[in-house]
Amino acid sequence: MALDTVAIAQTTPNNSQPFAELGLKPDEYARIKEILGRRPTSSELAMYSVMWSEHCSYKSSKVHLKQFGEKAPKSDALLVGIGENAGVVDVGQGYAVTFKIESHNHPSFVEPYQGAATGIGGIVRDILTMGARPIAVMDPLRFGPADAPDTRRVLPGIIAGVGGYGNCLGLPNIGGEVTFDETYAGNPLVNALCVGVMKHSDIKLAKAAGAGNLVVLYGAKTGGDGIGGVSVLASETFGAGGSTKRPSVQVGDPFVEKVLIECSLEIFAEDLVVGIQDLGGAGLSCATSELASGGSGGMKVQLDKVPLRDPSLSPEEILMSESQERMCAIVEPSKIARFLEICKKWDVTVTVIGEVTDGKHLEITWNGELIVDVPPRTVAHDGPVYNRPLAQPAYIDQVNSQKVNVPIPVSAAEIKAAVLKLAAAPNLADKSWVTSQYDKYVQGNTIQSQPDDSGMVRIDETTHLGVAISTDANANWSYLNPYQGAKLALAEAARNIATAGARPLAVTNCLNFGSPEDPGVMWQFAESVRGLADGCLEMGLPVTGGNVSFYNQTGSVAILPTPVIGVLGVIQDVRTRTPMSFTQAGLDLYLVGETHEDLAGSEWAFLHNQRVGQSPDADLQREMRLIELLLEGNSFFAAAHDLSQGGLSAGLTEMVLRHKVGVIISLDNAGVSLISETPGRVLVAIDPSNTARLEGLATKHLIAITKLGTTGGDSLTINDAVISLSELSTAHTSTFPKLFG
Amino acid sequence: MRVGVITFPGTLDDRDAARAVVVGGAEAVSLWHGDADLKSVDAVILPGGFSYGDYLRCGAISRFAPVMQLVIDAANKGMPVLGICNGFQVLCESHLLPGALTRNSDLHFLCRDQEIEIVNNQTAWTSSFKQGEKVVIPLKNMEGAFQCDDQTLAKLEGEGRVIARYVGENPNGSRNLIAGITNAKGNVVGLMPHPEHAINELTGPSAQGLGFFTSILNAMV
Amino acid sequence: MAKIVVDVMLKPEILDPQGNAVASALPRLGFNFAKAVRQGKRFEIEIDGEPTAAQLAEVEKAAEVLLSNPVIENFVVRVEK
Repeated sequence: MALDTVAIAQTTPNNSQPFAELGLKPDEYARIKEILGRRPTSSELAMYSVMWSEHCSYKSSKVHLKQFGEKAPKSDALLVGIGENAGVVDVGQGYAVTFKIESHNHPSFVEPYQGAATGIGGIVRDILTMGARPIAVMDPLRFGPADAPDTRRVLPGIIAGVGGYGNCLGLPNIGGEVTFDETYAGNPLVNALCVGVMKHSDIKLAKAAGAGNLVVLYGAKTGGDGIGGVSVLASETFGAGGSTKRPSVQVGDPFVEKVLIECSLEIFAEDLVVGIQDLGGAGLSCATSELASGGSGGMKVQLDKVPLRDPSLSPEEILMSESQERMCAIVEPSKIARFLEICKKWDVTVTVIGEVTDGKHLEITWNGELIVDVPPRTVAHDGPVYNRPLAQPAYIDQVNSQKVNVPIPVSAAEIKAAVLKLAAAPNLADKSWVTSQYDKYVQGNTIQSQPDDSGMVRIDETTHLGVAISTDANANWSYLNPYQGAKLALAEAARNIATAGARPLAVTNCLNFGSPEDPGVMWQFAESVRGLADGCLEMGLPVTGGNVSFYNQTGSVAILPTPVIGVLGVIQDVRTRTPMSFTQAGLDLYLVGETHEDLAGSEWAFLHNQRVGQSPDADLQREMRLIELLLEGNSFFAAAHDLSQGGLSAGLTEMVLRHKVGVIISLDNAGVSLISETPGRVLVAIDPSNTARLEGLATKHLIAITKLGTTGGDSLTINDAVISLSELSTAHTSTFPKLFG
Repeated sequence: MRVGVITFPGTLDDRDAARAVVVGGAEAVSLWHGDADLKSVDAVILPGGFSYGDYLRCGAISRFAPVMQLVIDAANKGMPVLGICNGFQVLCESHLLPGALTRNSDLHFLCRDQEIEIVNNQTAWTSSFKQGEKVVIPLKNMEGAFQCDDQTLAKLEGEGRVIARYVGENPNGSRNLIAGITNAKGNVVGLMPHPEHAINELTGPSAQGLGFFTSILNAMV
Repeated sequence: MAKIVVDVMLKPEILDPQGNAVASALPRLGFNFAKAVRQGKRFEIEIDGEPTAAQLAEVEKAAEVLLSNPVIENFVVRVEK
C-alpha cells in the first residue's frame, strides 16, 4: 500500500476511506474533515478511529461523568483529580497514594489468560506513570454460572492470568471478588485495581511541555498486538450464536514490565522526566496525542524510529498497535544521557522518537514524509460527545412491584440447612482456590488481604502509616434500582474500610454496562452515575478517576448494570487495625445496625431464582454515623466484620471459620434475620468489660446495637440450631475445589 | 556481619530479604547481578522472584550473571550462601546444590502458610533452630517440586543434607517432602519457602522465619 | 540456510505434571489413543549455510550448558533442512 501522506490527502479529497470499518460514524468522519480542512490521511484516520472509540473517548459517558466534577465534595486530600492517568490523594506524612480500577472484559472472554494478564499490566502502568511505585493489586471478577462449561474455560485462565502477571511483577494481591451470575456468561467482567505510593514531590503528569524537549519511547518493542483491539473490540458486542470474533488480543510479558517499573522508578528518582504517559489502549496514538494535549500542543514524531518486533508493520498499524509494556517520556536534552544510561543498566529498549515543538500541532513523519498533522486536543480530548437517549426500561416498574417469594427458614433444621446452603453457595463460599494462586506477601507490607473485608498495606515501615482499599458492587440492587444500587455499593466499600479502623478518603469506579445504544441501558448508566455522584458528595469522598466499560452484552441481552466502586482509606498505624475475627472465647458478639426484611436482591433470593422487589434505600447519613462509630470503636473492638451478600448468615460463617472459634447466639425472627441483607450492619466482638463503651458509642452515633451472644466453642449455634464448625467448614471450603479441581 | 543480597532483573523479594537481614541483626548490602563484585560481604543471599521471567528454566540465565562466578568461588571456599525459592533454583542451576526444582505437581502457583520441620540445624543458616523444630513460613511459587535421581536422593538423605521438610500433605510434589537442602560443607543452603516473609506477625504468619537470618550471625567467616 | 533443532525432554524418572495434565485432557475430548504423554521443549537455531561438524559440537555443548539442565533433562541435536 502506498504511503498516504498529508500532501497526497490535500490533493485527493475524494478518496474513499474505510472509516466505517474502523468504527467511525459518517458524521464523525465529516467532523474530522472539518477539523483538518481536508480528508485525513490513513494514519490520521487510524488515530481518530481508535481515539474516538467508546473505550478511549468516553463519548457516551462523558456527559454523565462530569457530575463527578460538578458534584465533587471539597477535599483537601485530592492532589490530582479526574483526567490524568490515575487520581492521587494525600495520605499524610508527605505521602501521596494513587489508585485506579480498570476493566479488560472483552479480551478476557476471547483469551482469558492474556486478557486478564494484560488487564493487570495496563492498570499497573497507569499507576507507574503517575510517578508511583505500585504496591498492590486487587481483582474484582465476575463470571457466568459457576457450573457452566464456559465458566470452566474462562475462570481458571483468568485467575492464572491475574496471578501469572501480578505475581511476576512482585505485587501482592490484597483482595478482590469472585461473583457468579448467568448475566455474565459470555461477558465475564475482569476489573483490575492497582495502588501505588510516592512522595508528593514525585507526582508526574502526562504533559509534553518545553519546546526542544525530547519524546522518548522505552520498554518493549512494538509489534502487531491488539491492532484495532480497542476500537473494534470494546465497542462491539459479541454476536450470540455467531462465529466468535477473534481479533488480535494483546500478549503480555510481566518480566519486561517488572524491569520497566524498576527502570522507571530510578529515572523518576533522578528527576529525569518532564512528563510521562504509558501506552495502553490505542498505543502511540493515545500517548502522543495526550502528551501533546497536556502541553501547549506542539510535538514532532518520527514514526520510523519506533523500534519494531515486526518490521512489516505499516505506519497505521504502528500507531494503532497495543503492544504491552511501553512508556513514553518527555525528557530535557540535558538529561537524556543519564536517561539512556539507566535504560541500558536495566537492558530496556529506548529510542528518541521526536521532540516537543513551539507549534500547536502533532506532526508525525514516516521516513521524512508528513503523515499526521493534527491539533492533538481534537484527537485526545475533543472527541465526539453523545447525549444518548435514555428511557427507564419497562422491567423496572414490573420487578419493583413484585414481592420476593422465598421460603423463610424457621425450625432449627431449616435454619441449619439455610446457613449451610449459603456457606456453600459459589458466591459466598471460601475462595482459597482462587487466592492461593496469588502472592500476598511480596514487598512485606501486606497487613490484610482476602478474606478480610478490605486489603490493607503499610506504606511507612517506621510510622506504620497504611492504606486500606475495598471494591464492591451489587448488581442485583443496581438492576432493581440503579440509583440506589450505586449509593449502596459506595456505602459498602466505605464501610469495609472503616470496619478495619481506616478512614475512607477517596473513590474510584469501574462502570460495567451493556450497550449505550440501548436507551434502557443508558438509563441504568445515567442513574448509577447520578447515584454515585450524589453519594460521594454526601459522604465527602471525591471520585479520583475510574473507567467505563460499555457493550458488555451478547446479542441484545445486556449484563446486569454492574458499577464496581473502590474506596481507599487511611489508617495512621496499621498495628491498631481492627481484625476481622476473634481468636478468643468469652467475648460478647454484637450486631451493630438494624435488620429489616430486605430480601430483594439478596443471595438467598438469587439462590431461589428471584430477582424482584425493591432494593433497600441507602441512608448515607446513617452510614456515615456508623463509620464514625467504627473508627472510634477501633480502640477497643476485638474484631469487626462487615455484613453484605449473604447477610448475617454469611457474616457469622466467615467470622467463626476465620480462626475456628465458634459462637453461641440468640436471634429473634432468626430466619429473616439471617438471610436479610439490610445495609449498614457490622458484627462486632468486644471484651465484656467494654460494654459501656460500646453502648456509649451507639447512643452517641444513633446506631442500634443488639447483643447476639458470646464467642467460644466449636460450633455456630443460633437459638437451637447447632452447626459444628467442621460441618460448616466442609460446606464452605468444598465448593470451589469441586467446581474447578 | 555484612550479608549481600543479589538483585537480578526480575528479582522480587530482595528488599524483603534485606529487611529480614537487618531485623536479624546484620547489615544488608545490595549486590547487582551485572557487577562482578561481592563488596566484601561475609555471606550472600539469592532472594526469591522471577529472575529473567523464568525464561528457559527458572534461574537458568541468572546462573551465568557476572556476580555468580564470584559467588560460586566464595561458596567453594566456605562462604555461607542462602538461596530462597528462585535463589534455590539458581543454586541448583549453578550446581552448587544437586537436583532441580520443577513445576508444582498440580500446575498452579501456590501461596500458602506452610509448616516445615527443620531437620538439620547444623548449617550456617539453620543453627538458631532446634533440631526438629516446626515453623510456619510462606510458600509461594509455581516451580517448587524438588526432583533428583534416586542416587542423589540416597546421598542427600544418607548424609543428612536435607535441612527442611514439608509437614503434612506434600504441597508441590517434592521428593521426600524436601523443602530445603544443603551442600556437603553445610555453608550453601537452598530453601523453597520464604523465611523473609515470616519475621513478624503483623505482615506474616509468624516470626519463625527470623531464625534463618539470626543463624548467620553465628557462622564463622 | 539450515536449521539445527535441539529437542529437550525431562529424564524418564522425573515427574512431569504438564505431560500428565495433557494425558488426562485427551480422553475428555474423545481422544483415547494415548497411553502416556511427556512434554518437552524444542529449540530451533538458524545458521548460515550448512552446519559443520565443529558447529554441531558447539551446539551440543550449548545444549548441555544452557539449553537443557542435565540434572533433569536429556537432549537430542539434529539438523533440519
